[in-house]
Amino acid sequence: MNELHLLLAGFGGQGLLFAGKVIAYCGLIEGRQLSWLPSYGPEMRGGTANCGVCVSDEPIGSPLVLAPKQLIAMNKPSLAKFIDTVPSGGLVLIDSTMIDDKISRPDVSTFYVPSTGLAEEQGLKGLANIILTGKLYAEYKFCKPETITAAIKKCVPAKRSEMVEANIKAFEIGKNYK
Amino acid sequence: MAVTFSKPHALTDDIFHYCPGCTHGIIHRLVAEVIDELGIEGKTIGIAPVGCAVLAYNYFACDMIEAAHGRAPAVATGVKRSLPDSVCFTYQGDGDLAAIGMAETVHAATRGENITVIFVNNAIYGMTGGQMAPTSLPGQVTQTTPYGRDVKLAGNPIRVCELLSSLDGVALAERVSVDNVKNVNNAKKAIKKAFQNQIDGKGYSIVEILSSCPTNWGLTPNEALQWLRDNMMPYYPLGVYKDISREVTAQ
Amino acid sequence: MAEKVLMKGNEALAEAAISAGCRHFFGYPITPQTELAAYMAKTMPKVGGVYLQAESEVAAINMVLGAASTGKRVMTSSSSPGISLKSEGISYMAGSDLPALIVNVQRGGPGLGGIQPGQADYAQATRGVGHGDARILVFSPATVQEMVDLVTTAFELGDKYRIPAMILADGMLGQMMEPVILPEKQDPASLPKKDWAAAGHEGKRKKNIINSLYLDPYLLEKTIVERQSRYKAIKAAHQMSEEVYTEDADIIVVAYGASARVSRSAVVQARAEGIKAGLLRPVTVWPYPDDAVKKLADSAKAFLAVEMSAGQMVDDVRLAVNGKRPVKFFGRTGGVIPTPNEVLEQIRALAKEVQ
Repeated sequence: MNELHLLLAGFGGQGLLFAGKVIAYCGLIEGRQLSWLPSYGPEMRGGTANCGVCVSDEPIGSPLVLAPKQLIAMNKPSLAKFIDTVPSGGLVLIDSTMIDDKISRPDVSTFYVPSTGLAEEQGLKGLANIILTGKLYAEYKFCKPETITAAIKKCVPAKRSEMVEANIKAFEIGKNYK
Repeated sequence: MAVTFSKPHALTDDIFHYCPGCTHGIIHRLVAEVIDELGIEGKTIGIAPVGCAVLAYNYFACDMIEAAHGRAPAVATGVKRSLPDSVCFTYQGDGDLAAIGMAETVHAATRGENITVIFVNNAIYGMTGGQMAPTSLPGQVTQTTPYGRDVKLAGNPIRVCELLSSLDGVALAERVSVDNVKNVNNAKKAIKKAFQNQIDGKGYSIVEILSSCPTNWGLTPNEALQWLRDNMMPYYPLGVYKDISREVTAQ
Repeated sequence: MAEKVLMKGNEALAEAAISAGCRHFFGYPITPQTELAAYMAKTMPKVGGVYLQAESEVAAINMVLGAASTGKRVMTSSSSPGISLKSEGISYMAGSDLPALIVNVQRGGPGLGGIQPGQADYAQATRGVGHGDARILVFSPATVQEMVDLVTTAFELGDKYRIPAMILADGMLGQMMEPVILPEKQDPASLPKKDWAAAGHEGKRKKNIINSLYLDPYLLEKTIVERQSRYKAIKAAHQMSEEVYTEDADIIVVAYGASARVSRSAVVQARAEGIKAGLLRPVTVWPYPDDAVKKLADSAKAFLAVEMSAGQMVDDVRLAVNGKRPVKFFGRTGGVIPTPNEVLEQIRALAKEVQ
């Protein structure tokens, strides 16, 4: 299975930490090594938020994701801040509802997904994060197909269990988005 | 032979280190008598302060903890939250309670910590040799106010019972004195009430006891008691400032 | 085997403390230990415990002192500036022989410093924190699992030797999530009784006094000497460390906590380049794993201390190496976390020097 050195970045409230947690849980369920590290402090309060996720078959040394091999960017400032940190050959997923820029890095694979728009159209407001997670899975298999549902179930709080279906639907939309 | 007078069980045989004429001895005895009368020595934990009563842990026969300067209310909070059925009292002087420990005092009071506070106010730092206390009177000469306490320079004294009586967590705030027999008897009643309140789960009870310091005031024991009556009592009127068990009219 | 769960270091530590029978938490808000206190506030009422937000760190640590005096398992947590305030109470607890757990989720300093992860409180922690001739146990976890496992160890050794114990973590470990296995829950009632506690004598024993005051210097000296003998026993029996690739290593990187994780990545990379590097990771920083360092000083050619400070633990490495081998230092400070590449460059340079 592919190893992740992933950074999810955007505004606070876009569910980046949650999406990171779902992805981390996929690693946990499959018995792999992983880490999940959020940014913290005043920047969380209304500003940019980001979260690094490492999944590997070897022990994770530094959990800091300074040169993300995979980047999910959900707002302009985050894309601007992190695009140059992605090493050559990296994978970049962009929420094109939130970001109308195109990036000029021919050495990375870039996918534009209007995930915030798709989420609203499908009555899945707030699940653009999981749509992008689905797209990440489609382009880069970081877990077995059956793992994702189990991970979503682990991450959705019990008192909001009705959200499990919505998350699975959002994941599928992202996975199938061309 | 009939025994007409004896040392309370809640006092040990240790000999007090207090100066001649100091009223700490009387107050210790009153606290110990109350502990005996309520039959609570076995479940009482006392908190000694830093100040003249720093060695109180040797004098009371119950389990004792020596706190850092001013922190007795916080230590008592830890004790009571761990052992809600115990009886916990702090024994603090004016510098300990109303200067360095004011934050701990106010917050323990406002939380309504179910503790008993014995507050000995003698308007001076005794143990360190007679410096200005937060309760030293305007004009009072101390080692650190050699020209008399100038309130413009050194600020005003704090009336602790008045201050704490505004807080909802306080069950009892009463100021007493031990300068004569009648007042000693009143002081004992107040102390007993402050312990009984705790047993009844009523919350924070403080008894402020005006006390003399002949040594640092530079007076004989009798003169010191007269000075207390003439100077401290007008500034710190005796009385009940708050008692949730009855209406208290403003002084 | 218990199920692995994904938890933040701060929350996992809190859960571990409750599992270890701790039912009393006194604290004051500060970043980046926030989640620990929040977890306690949420959980303590459900398990019959006490969470109390004090008016200050000073009050919180003295509440800990009071609760510890009654013989309970009790803890507080804070971050660097808050630990300075708690240092008063920690000294009194050390002087009163009171066990309790103090967690420092370190950030950059001095002063208000910053809120990003730091390791600049090493000297403060390992030299006893407060004033006077005292030490406390100091554990430095490097994984969320260790944030959990060391809690029980800290409580148990603290009780055994009647000494305060600190978990010296940092903002990175506190905030990050990793898979973790939580320990079995201990019933607080099943914990060993403490016959020294001030919990009310019930007329059945002599009174107990919890105290750090001895006006007679000879008596005070006697208590300190007795305490030092316990420290000696701790040093002999409880040095903890982990070694990675040290058997044939020329270069020993010494790092604890978050910087050990970074250093581990660098060591693995150095090995891939054919450099014989190894990692010694202190798990206890007081007592310092002197024995492990001394042993490696026989075989290795040089040491490199890596820290998130301007150089504090490196002194302990030097003391243990005792001039036998060169000891270099690399650190980032102020909340900056070194990168594996930065450490790798240091290893490469040192490897050239000692060739």
